Amino acid sequence: MEEQVCLDGRRSFPFLKSLSFQAAAGANTNTVDLAARERERTMKSKLILGWTSAFCLSCMSARLVQAQESSDVEQIRKQLKEATDAFQKASEEYRRTIDALHKRLEQMQPKTAAPPASAPAPALAVAPTNPPPAEAAAPWSPTQPIRLVGGQQNYLNISFDALFAAGSSTADDVEALQLGGHDPKQRGFTVQNLELTLDGKVDPYFRGQANVVLQIDPDGETAVEAEEAYFETVALPWNLQVKGGQYFSEFGRLNPTHPHTWDFVDLPLVNGRFLGEDGLRNPGARVSWLVPTPFYSELLLGVQNSQGETAHSFRSDHDGDLFFGRPALDMQVKNMGDLLYVPRYTFSFNPGAEHTVLAGISGAFGPNASGPDQATQIYGADLFYKWKARRQSKGFPFVTWQTEGMYRRYEAGAFPGDINNPALPAEVLRDWGIYSQVSYGFRPGWVASFRGDYVTGEQGALRPDPERDTRWRLSPALTYFPTEFSKIRLQYNYDNREDGGQDHSVWLQFEFLLGAHAAHKF
Amino acid sequence: MAARAHRPTSNFKDMKKFVLTIAVLLGAASALSAKLNVVATLPDYGALAQEVGGELVKVTVLAKGTEDPHFVDARPGFIRVLNQADLLVEGGAELEVGWLPPLLQSARNAKLLADAPGHLALARSVRLLDVPSGPIDRSQGDVHPAGNPHFNLDPANGASLAAAIAGALAKLDPANQSVYERNLQSFKQRLEAKLAEWRKAMEPFRGTKVLTYHKSFDYFLERFGLVLVGTLEPKPGIEPSPTYINGLIPRAKEAGVKLVLIEPNRPRKTPTYVAEAVGAKLVILPVLVGGAEKAGDYLSLFDYDVARITEALKSAQ
Repeated sequence: MEEQVCLDGRRSFPFLKSLSFQAAAGANTNTVDLAARERERTMKSKLILGWTSAFCLSCMSARLVQAQESSDVEQIRKQLKEATDAFQKASEEYRRTIDALHKRLEQMQPKTAAPPASAPAPALAVAPTNPPPAEAAAPWSPTQPIRLVGGQQNYLNISFDALFAAGSSTADDVEALQLGGHDPKQRGFTVQNLELTLDGKVDPYFRGQANVVLQIDPDGETAVEAEEAYFETVALPWNLQVKGGQYFSEFGRLNPTHPHTWDFVDLPLVNGRFLGEDGLRNPGARVSWLVPTPFYSELLLGVQNSQGETAHSFRSDHDGDLFFGRPALDMQVKNMGDLLYVPRYTFSFNPGAEHTVLAGISGAFGPNASGPDQATQIYGADLFYKWKARRQSKGFPFVTWQTEGMYRRYEAGAFPGDINNPALPAEVLRDWGIYSQVSYGFRPGWVASFRGDYVTGEQGALRPDPERDTRWRLSPALTYFPTEFSKIRLQYNYDNREDGGQDHSVWLQFEFLLGAHAAHKF
Repeated sequence: MAARAHRPTSNFKDMKKFVLTIAVLLGAASALSAKLNVVATLPDYGALAQEVGGELVKVTVLAKGTEDPHFVDARPGFIRVLNQADLLVEGGAELEVGWLPPLLQSARNAKLLADAPGHLALARSVRLLDVPSGPIDRSQGDVHPAGNPHFNLDPANGASLAAAIAGALAKLDPANQSVYERNLQSFKQRLEAKLAEWRKAMEPFRGTKVLTYHKSFDYFLERFGLVLVGTLEPKPGIEPSPTYINGLIPRAKEAGVKLVLIEPNRPRKTPTYVAEAVGAKLVILPVLVGGAEKAGDYLSLFDYDVARITEALKSAQ
């Protein structure tokens, strides 16, 4: 409040304080509503500054004309034009300042009226309107973040997404039929995924995100998963970006995404078999480089732990169950070779204004738990194509085609066998699988989709092995999005398992989303 | 012998000089031709940036003029475009909120961070309509808390938007400040002249009652004194339902609605039905530069829109 205002509107320098504006300052400190006054005063004085300068400028230009009356007319004209331009420029700038100040004042008024506590509120003409509800002063955005602390502050965006399913299946073992951890795995109702997402800017250098997932399993037990929690750099040089924490491995297209963004109720078979029911995710770090090509292309390398139940084809202990007929060795990271390495290259191009292609190849390399020196390699290729009408409304109509193929090479260790289980030799198990899906958004809010799944494995020593035997599935689905924040989906699955026969399932899915709606990545 | 022995070295030296000169020239040429890379989210902002930047800028536009600007795909190619940008011009009133943030996150371009001089949010230079005064939530549809983001459709806003872009360009490239200012003045003069023309053309139709599909046209209507009676969407972003439409028709009839305005990308069935039932003219009006073939730049967009409306209203009389 010690701050003083000069007559010409500029803030006085300290050494000027004592010279000439003592009186004004004195008067100022006597009033109670200093803040409001000061603001008004600044604004007024800026106005004065504006007009005085404008006046001075015009005087100057006039004087210039007089002085050189006798000399070259051309030159005078030129100078006149310059001066007029300068005047216009200056007055425009002041106008802008005035407008901005007006705006600021408007914004501040409800707030200045709010803390009346000790203010006798004399002259200043801030009409004490009805105290507006808190939301009116700082409305939270329906399309973007919830602001925890009102106004322009935005420290943390929160959203809550709930995904439910109901339906039935002819399979006796629905839990084995459905490979995804968040798939409906029982007849009747399933709470697939209750996901709390928090994200925001950490500081000028990082952004952070956390996804905490609640799930109610068929036994009615509620499980909590720290699905993801990672930081990401905002602007490193050389087109680099580093991510670290607990995160979904960037392998293929579907693995790094959350179930509520999928086009179907359940996880593709190949993802379930190779990357696990909850997807491939673990603590680690990855660096990515945006390659300076004329088109988009990005090179990523992730390093993560290779143990734990979310490292399915690697050193997961599979809850103590046998995997490919072999028990899991209990191991920890001893050296760099015990980590999981996930490289990926992805690129995109547009063969025409309405078409986009995004493709990538990925790898996941790490040790597995079947023996001390056994390793797994998974290779993947993915392709996504989208057509979107030139005259789209609400993003419709569109067609997307998404396909992922994977090949897994699993070095299985020798198992001497025990009372209940046969002995197995050391061998290499080769598997591959693919899914391909098409979606057609035929009118605003309505999407028809079709997916085909196929997985198979080369015959190993253990047979039959439901984890590796051939199976395929066909799934048509119809989805209705009332808005971007809710959806209803009906899906039918025709399943064919080499050692399980044929099954039919129908699932109805419902989703709602509260709070921040993370914008869609492509 | 001595001379012959000497020649190759001299040749080599010449060669070196020559190569060096070429390299320097090339370097200088590339430095000279290095235009400022401007990326605009909407074609209108791009058109304004082109007017103001002229030869000194290379403008890339993300959304197409025929698209619904709320629902543009975050195409990966845009990541690379933003990665190389010197200036990003966006509306900043949440129109692009569904697709711009993930692109910016992936673009890893420090020049475009929210508080950097290379990030221009135009909404700050204009007065927004429909700023909600009460509490809002999503049951009201797609209400933007900052106000109606379709401010590009008031031609009188063109001057302040162009001035904001010129200011940003001058800040990034102070050496050419005078050029940007000259371009700005020239654009403003042309706009002034056009504005007078449009005002004159629209004057006889002041007070005409209209229906629109979405609240995309409010700024245009306000500028030319047309009166919005209702929208075909019951709430912003919510598709029309038969019940709502059946209630809207008598209301529009009673008000004497003469025009139904829709964007080129909207479905035609419901608007056609409503226009017929009300006895109004259906006019498909581009809301973005490039929304129609003849609306290729900023001024011709309004030329086109004003012509379509005046034609329709004259033929209705």
